[in-house]
Amino acid sequence: MSDILTEGKTAAAPNDGLTVLEQRRSTATSYGIPLAVLAELTHRCPLQCPYCSNPVELDRAGNELTTEEWKKVMTELVELGVLQIHFSGGEPTARKDLVELVRHASDVGLYTNLITSAVLLTKEKLAALADAGLCHVQISFQGNEPVVAERVAGLKNSHEKKIQAARWTRELELPLTVNAVMHRQNLHQLSDIIQMAVDLEADRLEVANVQYYGWALKNRAALMPTIEQIEETSRIVEEAQARLKGVLAIDYVVPDYYALRPKKCMGGWGRQFFNISPAGKVLPCHAAESITGLQFESVRSNHSIAWIWQNSEAFNRYRGTEWMPEPCKSCEFREIDFGGCRCQAFALTGDASNTDPACTLSPLHEKIFKLAETEAAGGNNRFLYRNFAGGTLETDGDHGA
Amino acid sequence: MAGRNISVSETSRPKLPRHAKLRFDETRQVWVILAPERVLAPDEIAVEVLQLCDGERSVADMVDQLAAKYAAPREAISTDVIAMLQDLADKGFLIEEREKTP
Repeated sequence: MSDILTEGKTAAAPNDGLTVLEQRRSTATSYGIPLAVLAELTHRCPLQCPYCSNPVELDRAGNELTTEEWKKVMTELVELGVLQIHFSGGEPTARKDLVELVRHASDVGLYTNLITSAVLLTKEKLAALADAGLCHVQISFQGNEPVVAERVAGLKNSHEKKIQAARWTRELELPLTVNAVMHRQNLHQLSDIIQMAVDLEADRLEVANVQYYGWALKNRAALMPTIEQIEETSRIVEEAQARLKGVLAIDYVVPDYYALRPKKCMGGWGRQFFNISPAGKVLPCHAAESITGLQFESVRSNHSIAWIWQNSEAFNRYRGTEWMPEPCKSCEFREIDFGGCRCQAFALTGDASNTDPACTLSPLHEKIFKLAETEAAGGNNRFLYRNFAGGTLETDGDHGA
Repeated sequence: MAGRNISVSETSRPKLPRHAKLRFDETRQVWVILAPERVLAPDEIAVEVLQLCDGERSVADMVDQLAAKYAAPREAISTDVIAMLQDLADKGFLIEEREKTP
């Protein structure tokens, strides 16, 4: 009776809930009803990770949406049919109103996930979040021990705080995902990180290779893994997935530059997900503002979020397949991966409508593969730490921490 | 680790963990299971079984109930239900009620 659950079909593409819902005759065509929203509550963060997914131009605290604005946003999201909200940042716990926001999300019926560095959490704060209805906690780790982890995070004593917060999470019986962002300078710790997740009694581990946008793109030479590391990583992950079945679920994000096929970025542009920036911009993905020439609407505009999702120029520009040039246009995979990632195509080719160079069919694929190999072998290990001042270069005696 | 990595049998008393919410989605008019980074769409029979998973009721009770309702052979229902619940448990969407400490 394995077919009793259509869920079985999502196993290959766990993020593609829309496909399942489309099979169930939802109204989705080239786009549907969005499933989940990433709410970047703030860009403030005590960590300075060089691979931060935030834009290089960070939103200042003074521009952040107010408590009442976020509450109105969440109410609108539910009316639009959004099911899940991920509270992210920056560091979402830097917002003093987080408990209030989680409670409102629960009240209006959203599934709530907290994506946090955990260094600002106390047990009391976590308990208050649990009482407010928080469904799930996701804590980022930079390594499995303080030396590597705190150099990457650019913050002293951060590793021990994360371990403590993860223990509190389990003590409060909140579900825990450990999110391990992997790159050349910490991939050697992967086996130990997996064991750390088991020891912390996490339900789930995300082994996420760095995606090269924003700060990570600036730090690419210091982060890019070698092809040997990636082969070893795949071996370790596959072995652990088999060994830890039923104990720890492991999701694996492969690195684009060494891929053969591009990722189905965001499940397709404007198709399942969107992002709201600290200042209220409604974005097809968290890196979309890196594409110059696209105008993004704000929740502070006169438009509803539903209108922005359905009608705004930015969401419709790369929806479906009509916009595609060759080789995507006639490609049999065009509705499988939607040509990969628009932000990556823009960053690497200067035109967001080009095929993502992660695809072997891109004329630039060979070039970026060589670029990755060269940078990985280059030995430039110095980080540019993420901050509001445009970044600070790591010095010999000072690891930012 | 109490409550996880369970082996489903007729004596199990399974329930959905906090991170998995079974909900009827009014907008799309379908039942969904909401889980971290995932939205699953269980079919009607799965929904019926999952609604019985409250941490109190045993799998044996569920099978009795379903066998009566559908006038179907108990053994076949039992095999199917256990296989389905085990599959969900292996994916982390089902836990067992913790033993009450005496």
